[in-house]
Formats: sequence, C-alpha cells, structure tokens
Amino acid sequence: MSTYGVLGLLFLIAIFGFFFGRIKALSSADGDIKKLHSLPQFYGLNAVFLAFFPPLLVLVIWTFAQSIFVDERIKRELSPWILAEQKNINLVISEVDRLSDGLKVSVELGSLTYQQISAKTVGLGGIENILNASGVFLTDDIQAPILAAARLKFYMETLGNSFRNWLVIIGSIIGLVWALTQAKLNFRARPRVEQMILVLLAAAATLAIFTSVGIVLSMLFEALRFFGMHPWTDFFFGSTWAPSFSAGSELSILPLLWGTLYISFVALLVAVPIGLYAAIYLSEYASRPVRAFAKPLLEVLAGIPTIVYGLFALTTFGPFLRKFFGDGGFLGVEWMSDSRSVITAGVVMGMMLIPFVSSLSDDIINAVPQSLRDGSYGLGATQSETVRNVILPAALPGIIGAILLAASRAIGETMIVVLGAGAVAKFAGNPLEALTTITTRIVSQLTGDLEFDSAETLVAFALGLTLFTITLGLNVLALYIVRRYREQYE
Amino acid sequence: MKDQLNSDREASLSNGMPKITAENVNVYYEEVHALKDVSVKIEQNAVTAFIGPSGCGKSTFLRCLNRMNDTIDICKITGRILLENEDIYDAKVDPVQLRAKVGMVFQKPNPFPKSVYDNIAYGPRIHGLASDKSELDDIVEQSLRRAAIWDEVKDRLDAPGTGLSGGQQQRVCIARAIATSPDVLLMDEPCSALDPIATAQVEELIDELRQNFCVVIVTHSMQQAARVSHRTAFFHLGSLVEFGDTEKIFTNPEDPRTESYITGRIG
Amino acid sequence: MTDTTPTNSLFKTSDRTKSRNAAEKRFRVYGIIAIFIGLFMLLVLASTIVLRGTSAFQQTFITLDVELLESKLDKKGNRNIDDIKKVSTFGYNPILVNAVRGSLEKNGIETSLKKKELSGIISKSAPSQLREYVLADVSRIGQTIEFRFLANGWIDGYLKGRYTRESVANSKFASAEQFDLIDELIKVGVVEKKFNLDFILGADASDQRPEASGIGVAVVGSFYMMLVVLLLSLPLGVAASVYLEEFAKKNLFTDLIEITISNLAAVPSIVFGILGLAVFINYVNLPQSTPLVGGLVLTLMTLPTIIISTRASLKSVPPSIRDAALGIGASKMQMVFHHVLPLAAPGIFTGTIIGMAQALGESAPLLLIGMIGYIATNMPANISEGLLAPNSAMPAQIYEWAKRADPAFVERAWGGIIILLIFLLTMNTLAVVLRRKFERRW
Repeated sequence: MSTYGVLGLLFLIAIFGFFFGRIKALSSADGDIKKLHSLPQFYGLNAVFLAFFPPLLVLVIWTFAQSIFVDERIKRELSPWILAEQKNINLVISEVDRLSDGLKVSVELGSLTYQQISAKTVGLGGIENILNASGVFLTDDIQAPILAAARLKFYMETLGNSFRNWLVIIGSIIGLVWALTQAKLNFRARPRVEQMILVLLAAAATLAIFTSVGIVLSMLFEALRFFGMHPWTDFFFGSTWAPSFSAGSELSILPLLWGTLYISFVALLVAVPIGLYAAIYLSEYASRPVRAFAKPLLEVLAGIPTIVYGLFALTTFGPFLRKFFGDGGFLGVEWMSDSRSVITAGVVMGMMLIPFVSSLSDDIINAVPQSLRDGSYGLGATQSETVRNVILPAALPGIIGAILLAASRAIGETMIVVLGAGAVAKFAGNPLEALTTITTRIVSQLTGDLEFDSAETLVAFALGLTLFTITLGLNVLALYIVRRYREQYE
Repeated sequence: MKDQLNSDREASLSNGMPKITAENVNVYYEEVHALKDVSVKIEQNAVTAFIGPSGCGKSTFLRCLNRMNDTIDICKITGRILLENEDIYDAKVDPVQLRAKVGMVFQKPNPFPKSVYDNIAYGPRIHGLASDKSELDDIVEQSLRRAAIWDEVKDRLDAPGTGLSGGQQQRVCIARAIATSPDVLLMDEPCSALDPIATAQVEELIDELRQNFCVVIVTHSMQQAARVSHRTAFFHLGSLVEFGDTEKIFTNPEDPRTESYITGRIG
Repeated sequence: MTDTTPTNSLFKTSDRTKSRNAAEKRFRVYGIIAIFIGLFMLLVLASTIVLRGTSAFQQTFITLDVELLESKLDKKGNRNIDDIKKVSTFGYNPILVNAVRGSLEKNGIETSLKKKELSGIISKSAPSQLREYVLADVSRIGQTIEFRFLANGWIDGYLKGRYTRESVANSKFASAEQFDLIDELIKVGVVEKKFNLDFILGADASDQRPEASGIGVAVVGSFYMMLVVLLLSLPLGVAASVYLEEFAKKNLFTDLIEITISNLAAVPSIVFGILGLAVFINYVNLPQSTPLVGGLVLTLMTLPTIIISTRASLKSVPPSIRDAALGIGASKMQMVFHHVLPLAAPGIFTGTIIGMAQALGESAPLLLIGMIGYIATNMPANISEGLLAPNSAMPAQIYEWAKRADPAFVERAWGGIIILLIFLLTMNTLAVVLRRKFERRW
C-alpha cells in the first residue's frame, strides 16, 4: 500500500470514528442530548483525534526516518565501489533511486514479482528489458553494484513500508476502539477534545522555533563540513575570493563583505536622507490630502518585487549611467566598463528602501508626544527648529533602529545585487566598478549542477550562516532600540 | 495679607492701558463654532484667570493669544487680538516673533529630552538672545532663579530635564518660558498634573511673576482662580459670560450662569 | 527686562527672524524635494515598466499559404503515420521556403535573398508548428493551408525598433536585405504586428526562439505555489496566532516564540532558500524545481507576516465580546472559535492576501531550489503534476529571461513584470476592499 493509500485509510477510519462515536454517545444517553456531558459531536471528534493524529505522526516520522536511514545505508554500501571506480556519488545515488523506483513500478505492474527480485533471479541483462516494458527507461548500462544497491533499497523500503503501514493502521484502530469505549454518558468529551486542539495550536506556534532551528542547523552542519575541507582562517581572514573547481580555491568572505557593505552604504546614502526628509515632511508639514496622496504612493515602492528593481538596475539604470561615465559617454570619461556597478545596485536598492525608512521614521516621529512640539512652538521656535532641536533628538533612538533595520534589509537583499552588482570580488573603491556581494555568491555557488562534497559549494552555507548572523544581530539590536524607545513615550 | 493683596489689585487695575485687547474673536474647527464673539481686555502686571467647565473654549482662547492654534490646520479664527495696539493676526506679524513675546506653559510638564540647561537655553538660543556663553549662562541662572527652582537644580544642570519630579519639571518649563523674557505669560492649567504641594509652589511662583509679566492662566479649579488671580473671565459653551474683578465674580456674579457654576450646579 | 520700545514692534520682522524663516523655508523645500524624488522614482519605475514591457504583448506574425507537399512529407505516398514521423522538423524547412517564395510571387515582390535568408524571417518554431499540424491529421498532406507564423525574433525586433539596418550590418542572424523584404511584405499585409495571446498563456522557449516564449506555464507554477502557501500558511498561521494571543501563558517559552517570530520576519529571504535546499531537497529528498518545494519555502517565509497581522486582528476584537461569550458559559475554545475568529476573519484574510502577494513576488529563495535554468515548456496536466513536476514561477521566469543574452528576452522580462504586477495589484486591491468593507471600528 502506498503512503497515500494509508493516508486515505486513516481518513476513512477518522470519518467512521466521528459518526460512530457520536451515535454511540447518543445511544448511551438513550438519544436524549440533555443527559450527555458534552454535545455529541465532541464524542465524535474525540474519536477523530485519537484515531487520526497519533498514527499520522507515526506515519510522518517513520517515513522521514526511513528515507534517511535507507539513504545512509545505500551510501555506506556503495562507498567502497565509488571510491575504487572514482564515480560521482550524486550520479550513482540518483541512478540507484531510479532503478529501485523502476523495480517498484514493475512490481506494481506485475511484470516482476517480489520473489524474483529478492531471489536475485533477474540478472543485469534481463532487468533492462523488463523495466523498459514497464515504461521505465534507464540512461546508462546498469552495473552490478548499482543493481545490488537498488535491490537492497527496494527490499528495505518495501519491508519498512509494510511495517509502517501495519503499525499505523493498527494504531489507528486501537485509538478508534479506545475512543469508542470512552463515548459514554458521563465522559467529559469537550474538555478532552479542547485539550487536544490546544496541543495542535501550540504545535503550530512552535513551528516558528523549528524553522529558526532548522535554518541555523541546516546551515551550521554544512558550514562545519565546509570548515572541515577548507581552513576557517582563510574564510574569515583571507583576502581573495577565487573559487576554482580544480584544487586550490581561495574562499575568503572579506572581499564579499566589502562589496556587500559598500553597496549597502550607497543604498542607505540614498534612502536615509530621502526617506527621513520625506517622513518629516509628511508627518510635520503635509496637509491631510497631500499625506493621503503621497504616503501610499511612496509605500508602493516597497510593495514592488525586488526582481523588478533588479531588472531596472540591469537594463535601465546601469546603461543610463554608462551613457555618462562609460566609454564614449557624454562626460568623455571611461570610469565605467560595465552596466553593473556599486552605484547601479546601490542607488536602485536605495529606491527600494526609501519607503522602508520613511514609514518606520514616520511612525517613530508620530510617537513623539505633541506636548513637546507645543512646548517648542510656545517658545517661538519655527517648525524646522522644532524638528531639528526637539523632535529628531527625541526620536533619534527610534530612527537609528529604523536605519539598522534598513541596513539589515540592504545586506540581505539578493535580486538587485544579483542582477545589478556584478561578480567581481575585490577590495575596490571606485563606485562605478562592479563588485560582488555575499548573497550574489550564495546564489552563484548554489545554482547549476551541485556537488555537495566540494568546498566551493559548501562555502555558500558558511556565507549564509554569516549573513544570517549579521542580519539577526542588526535586527535584534534594532528591535531592542525601537522597543526601548516606544516604552519611553508610553 | 488680604489687605495687601487687595491693594495690589487696586494698583494693577488703575494701571490704565490694557496689554492685550481681544475684539469679537470667533474660532471654528471645521463645522464646530468653538469660540463665539469673545471680547476682553487683559491688563499689565495682573493675573487674569479663565475659568469654565471643560470644553467651554477657555484653552482655545488662550491658544489664540500666541497663535498656537496656527499649528492646527482645521482651525479658523476671525476678529482682532491686539498686543499693545498691534494686531497679532496681521499678515505682517510672524508668529515666531510673537511667541517670543507671549510665552506659554502647558498643562502637562513637557521638558525636552535634554539637560535642564539646554531646556532653558533653548529659547534664548533660537531667538539669538545671548551673544556668548557667559551671557547665556546668566540668562539660564536668572530664569531658574525667577522660577524659584535654581537652588534645586543648580547642581544638576547637565542632568536630563525628564528626570526631575513633576513639580520641578513644571517650574523648569516656566523658567524655560521666561528665559526669552516675554511680556505675557500664558499658562494652560499649569497645575492640573501636579500634586498639592507642587501646586502650592507653582501658585506662589505665579504671584511673584505677576510683578514682571502679564500672566494669563486657564484653570478648572475655582479655588485656584480665587487664590491667584485679580481678574477672572468665565467661559461657557464658547462664549465669554462674565469678566471682572475676581472678588466680584466669586462673591457677587451678575450672570446667573456664573453663579450656577460657582456654586457647583453646572460644570 | 521687558522692552516695549517701537523697535520691538511685532509688525517689524527682525533680521534674525527673517533668516530663521528662510531656514524654515529651505527645510520645508528639502522635505518637498525628498517627496518628489521618491514619487519621481516611482514614476520612472512605472513608466519604464510600461514603456519597455507593453511591446511584449505584441508580436510580428507572417501569414503564408503553405502547400503541404507530398513529395517532401510522405515520399511513399501511403499516409503511414510512422513514415511521416520520420520526417524531422528540418524536413519542413523547404516547404516554408516555398511558402515564402509563393507569397512573394503572388504579391509581385522580387528578391535576391537565398533560401536560408528567406526561411530566416520566420521563427525557428515554425517547422515544428507545421509538423505537429501534419501529424495531427495526415490527410492534410497535399493541401494548401493558410498559416500564421511567428516572425523571427530579429524581424520582430526590427518592427519594434530594437534593430536597424545599421545595427545588423555585421550580424549573421539578420541582414538589411531581409528588412527591405519585410518592409515590402508589411505593405501588402503579409507581415503584421498583432496582439500575442501566446505570450500570456504559452510556455517558455529555448533561447534561440525568444519570439515563441510565453509566461503562461510559469503563471501556473506560481499558482500552484500559492496554493501550497495558502493551504499551509493560513491554518498554521491562524492556529499559531490563536494560541499565542488567546491561550499562551506568559512564560519563557512563549517569549522565545514571540522573539523568534519577530526575527524570522526580518530574516533575508535567501536564507529561507538555503533552508529549503538543505532541508526539503537534500534531506527530505523532495524533487527539485517543483512548486511544492517552492510553496513550502514561501510558506515558512510568509508565516511570520501572517501571524503578526492575524494577531493584530485578534487583538482588535474587544474584550467585551470575549466576556459576553464566557459569561454565558462558553468554554474558552468555544469563545475563540465561535466569536473571536469570525469577527477577526476579515483582518486575517487581508493579512493573508498581503502575505501571499509578498510571496508571489519573491524570487531569491526560488533561485536556490532550482526554479531557474529550467525551461518550463509543459503545462502540468493535473494537480499532482502541478505540484510535483518541475516548473518555473513568474519571478523566476523573469529572472531567467533577464539573464539570457538576446535583448528580445529583456522585452519579455518587462512584459512578464507587467503580468506579475497585475496579479499583485489585484491581490492588494482585494485586500484593501476587504478591509474597507468589513473593517469594524469598535
């Protein structure tokens, strides 16, 4: 029986449990709903919960655990052969997967029997024809170790699955029976059901923690593997980023960090003054119609997907800059050799961040109490003096928090720099030159044909972990500052 | 003591020319007619109190006197308010300059989140009243002394103003207002956020300030009006009902509405 | 202290006040300039999108009478489908050349162009279009049928002003003579620029045939991803919010959850891509490039947003309602599910739609789970294929086009952006309408 089949059966048992639990509770009260402790559907729901969720949990955990266990086992089985023959482990594994899937399909179609496979009566020559007949086409000639591994995999999976299915179904039936024996007059079904719902709700809330832990662990493990292959001193303190797929890659984060910070700095240079002045104008000067018109329009800038900004940088803004600074441009200088540059990506990223800075600052400026403004106006200060001398100093912590959040955005931004920043990893100061960033390199190291055993691929996880740490630090700091600031005026 | 105060009142009343003259002032907030045809003469070297139930327009009128209502978009004002024969709503008048001459103290103490010194020095700095640091130091000290808080804060001028107690904060705010040496000092319920002891301190201060400034105070406390003011104006539903000597208003009001308010029947 | 000399008159603005007022004006102007720069950038962006993208919805077509020659397609003449299948797309080229020649003759146009240049004005997808047509019904061989072919990308580029005779002077793909011929054909109405529905509904094509590529399959990919996001993030988000807002006691654990959620909301999206790659693809072995994995990753990314907005709308339900429900003896669970949730529902849906709009436009995580570099050519046939067969998604498709060398793809990328933005605009408008219509002020 397939996984879906088991799931379907679980559903059926649950539905049956719902109605039968209901009926049984009602009949225990002689059909008088008033005699029951809880409404009849709670007895039904009790059966659903007991017969469905625990077996479902078993099903999910078993399935994951089994796939991991089987994969490890197959790898262990094949590793001497792979080492001896200098094979690519990923290719071999995917071939084994395909072959064992083929065996499964053939058995389902009846062109092979389980006995034939386990008794190894089908040899290398025969298997291909049988599989072809079942509509499974294999690319290369199968080799004996692969067939053996596929057999092993098929065998383990079939055995494991049937164990699992029995376990799940028997568990479900036990749950059902238990619930049905409980479905009596005085059983407090509602509190029980509500308790179980609460557990489900809490489980959903915990997902956030699992996600975070997943993020950290998934990157940490791979990053540790990377540091096992590549000296960490080079990663953190080296000076060159030069991955080469032969030996001798130099993989230092520093040039990437330089590019990231440089571009983020340019972005903030654009976004902070514009965003801050816009926020001040909107909250202190603008009449209501102007505010109602300009604020949502500015915020549209934040709702535009980053791919749009990336494309704008690559195909519109970059070429526009080149018309001025490039070869044969209006200014007659040759400062820009590529449309992609620090300025291209930085300015466009700044555009995206304007509403981010402005709406956060707007909130924060509005949180400054009116009494402070009144106090200043009452002394004869002009509005700008009030803003500069009273409001901004009062709002400063909050604004710094907003800028930190914007900086974290800029550092983690991907699409704009992937399209607009370029791929040159060096410590260059010319803002019209292309530079690369951490996120760009993560994308380039993790796309295309991947080999998860090379330092050049795994370095992406170390980069990701560093990026995560930096942005997390900035966020925590910013949220802390902003919260402190808000408490001050509440 | 009572005689002393009475003779003071006589002196102030005989002073002659009014400091502020309001003629037919109307205030509208969009559809709401908040202040109806108010005319009043406020004298120099006296304390004038505006009393009335909440929402009667007394604070609105006070804010008209230094054009604080300008900061509210929807507020519209008609009529004339003269400060020494100059219409403060004249197009030539810059409200910024006006407010340096007509200072204001607010309901809630609102020290800026800066040091005590910077709070006081703020006004003189923006108006350019001091030519060097020592002159500024002088102004700060004088203002704090006149607000009767110098002794309490002289050792912590660099400490943030927000760290003081409520009464101290309010006196710092008063010091801040007089640091620009205004002619008129407007006070919008200056004691409503203070405890009785702090209130007594501030009331005492008001009486002293009267000697140098024309003080106008809005209060919802009739006792306070009776204690500190020489002249009292009673506002009701946006109209000025009665204006006259404090003693007369409280003992022998002309208008039945004033009497009802004083005796606690409306309010 | 008080100085009442006339020099202190209110009517005379002092020099200091004048300079202060000037500073005030300058400051105000800075603010206006900042707003204008912001709005100007929006305008530039919007006009760029419209100017560069709208042309993608039009395509150059060539209408030709094609004689499906038996001598080329079915040499044996017995209409055996297996024999006809043996004729590759390459074998259809001569038929196309004949069709072009025929059209020229009919319209009295003379040309010195060779075979290869003649067939070069038609898209490289034309032969397979013909072949499919023939294989669908072999009895069509021998007939003469009117076809509308896509013009080659270079010709399309000429009509759209992307190429001129000068700019193709050294090109091996197009020539000035071809453009001359096209000018003639436009005059007689054989070549024309028309609305191209296939761009919206069609599939991506290889980088040799920009004129044939469309975004339809990617739209379907995005749709399946959003389906996953909706089905997972709405129940999970609501469950988590209900727990945190209504049931959770204030303790270290719930604090931890709160902090985690607010931080997850600010984690760079690419990190979620790394998570997806490491966990869903490498660890759990879900198939790469599929909407299912994309949807899972985007769900994790969107959940914090949805939880935050759901909690806000739960919070806005006044305590009096809760008290009323509890007061008549409802359990806490009944209070939440019967009273609070229905009242908070409009806010929850609004938040969910906005979260999904964000997810729809997100591209970075999709790059890492393999939704680029992949040419999405087939419409998924059913739901399971829609979820589990490799596909692209709108932003990934746009990125893919942006990377390709031929500028014809840049036009399509901008066109794709228009479609993406139409979806986002619709979703956001829906959210605003929902909010306006159902928002309650307590």
